[in-house]
Amino acid sequence: MKTRLNNLLQQVGPPLIAFAFFGLSWHALVEIFAIPPYLLPGPPRVAAAVSMHAARLIDATLLTAMGALSGFALSFAFGFAVALLFSQSRLIERGLYPYAIFLQTVPIVAIAPLIVLWIGYGLQGVVAVSFIISLFPIIANTTAGLTQVDPRLLDLFALNNASRWQVLFKLRVPNSVPDMLTGARISSGLSVIGAIVGEFFAGYGTDDFGLGYLIIQTSGQAKTDYLFACILFCTLLGLAIFSAVGLASNLLLKRWGGGA
Amino acid sequence: MVVARGVGKTFSGGIHALSAVDISVERGQFVAIVGPSGCGKSTFLRLVAGLYTHNSGELLIDGVDPLEARRRRGDLAYVFQDATLLPWRSVRRNVALPLELRQETDEARIDAVLKMVGLSDFADAQPAQLSGGMRMRVSIARALATNPGLLLLDEPFGALDEITRQRLNEELLRLWERDQWTGIFITHNVYEAAFLADRVLVMSARPGRILADITIPFAHPRDEDLRHQNAFAELVREISQQLSQGHP
Repeated sequence: MKTRLNNLLQQVGPPLIAFAFFGLSWHALVEIFAIPPYLLPGPPRVAAAVSMHAARLIDATLLTAMGALSGFALSFAFGFAVALLFSQSRLIERGLYPYAIFLQTVPIVAIAPLIVLWIGYGLQGVVAVSFIISLFPIIANTTAGLTQVDPRLLDLFALNNASRWQVLFKLRVPNSVPDMLTGARISSGLSVIGAIVGEFFAGYGTDDFGLGYLIIQTSGQAKTDYLFACILFCTLLGLAIFSAVGLASNLLLKRWGGGA
Repeated sequence: MVVARGVGKTFSGGIHALSAVDISVERGQFVAIVGPSGCGKSTFLRLVAGLYTHNSGELLIDGVDPLEARRRRGDLAYVFQDATLLPWRSVRRNVALPLELRQETDEARIDAVLKMVGLSDFADAQPAQLSGGMRMRVSIARALATNPGLLLLDEPFGALDEITRQRLNEELLRLWERDQWTGIFITHNVYEAAFLADRVLVMSARPGRILADITIPFAHPRDEDLRHQNAFAELVREISQQLSQGHP
């Protein structure tokens, strides 16, 4: 019991100390140099903005979370399907992989207006941007896991006259699990960024909106303390989704390889 | 059972691995092939398994081409240098793999082979939890799961320490004495070859060919005392001499 508490302290202690140090320095900076609040609000002002707009912030965060999780789920499903296709044919992989890299290199802000034009405003536009931004890590990592199989294991399957489908579903797919989960972790973080960027362009409307839209709105009105509150919630959302996916993937990995 | 006449293999990169190998292995015989690393002995085993195809000569298993023999009868099992297990499967499910790929289930057979290699208590363990020697036992159990008529062993104990290797040699001998499958065992260890086999074939440096065919006369069952007998030491010396003549 005591050692568990110690472990917890060792885990959580250092980041908490860093957080306190950072907060105090920030506060001191604002006070000493008398920085005007519209330029850089101190922690108390940001805290006040959080409590004043709590309901709005939580609603916006939930909406953004929905966009991000939908984008992530879509990119996971679609990315896995593309990787399966790539693993079945070198020709298809060689032909299409450069265009998958295009997804990684294209500046999303440049094509977001196009997406809005084609798909429209609202949730579907946000999900589309989140999907595009989070797709590549799933494709790249899962393809690697499906194709980089120990050649002796392929021999083993050949020696037992395994069919193409048996090789795929009993060897390649389970072999790809660790890489696929790595891809999922990277992609989950990106999906939040994608949803927020998506909301910049494809935001919802006046009644119902996510964090991205709220950021545009508050920065336009020079409500810097409110803007900081938005950024805080963006960070918390990213952290929550990234941690949830990380936790899930650790559990799956443990089941996958046993007590290694 | 396995007949090779003038079998040669040259890889597309130009490496001449085997030149005119003549080998004949009868049903139920345990043959060891010794030779230095890179002499082509593993290549020969892969030809027998139908994983490679030869360029010249004739190689027949029960009268048919290796690939056809494998496809048609599935009577062959292969043990790799490393255990080559699926890390996401338990010991039991690893052993069940060859049956599963044939779309068969035979839990009794799996229990039996696990018992043969002394791993009944570890059936639900994951490979990562086992020692190297235990993993190799799983690999052997997997090979025996389909009750193969021909067992190809490609330096299976090469990566193990000497104590584990000797113990597994004795266990393998028990398994062979029990079911008398046809065995081809590749090794660079002359002691291991003489201890296990009915015949030891000595292979030359690349391109490999057979330099000597030495009959091991010791009766079965053999046990570890054999290693300390003078006759055993004599045979080991003879094999070693043949080996060094082939590699000046």
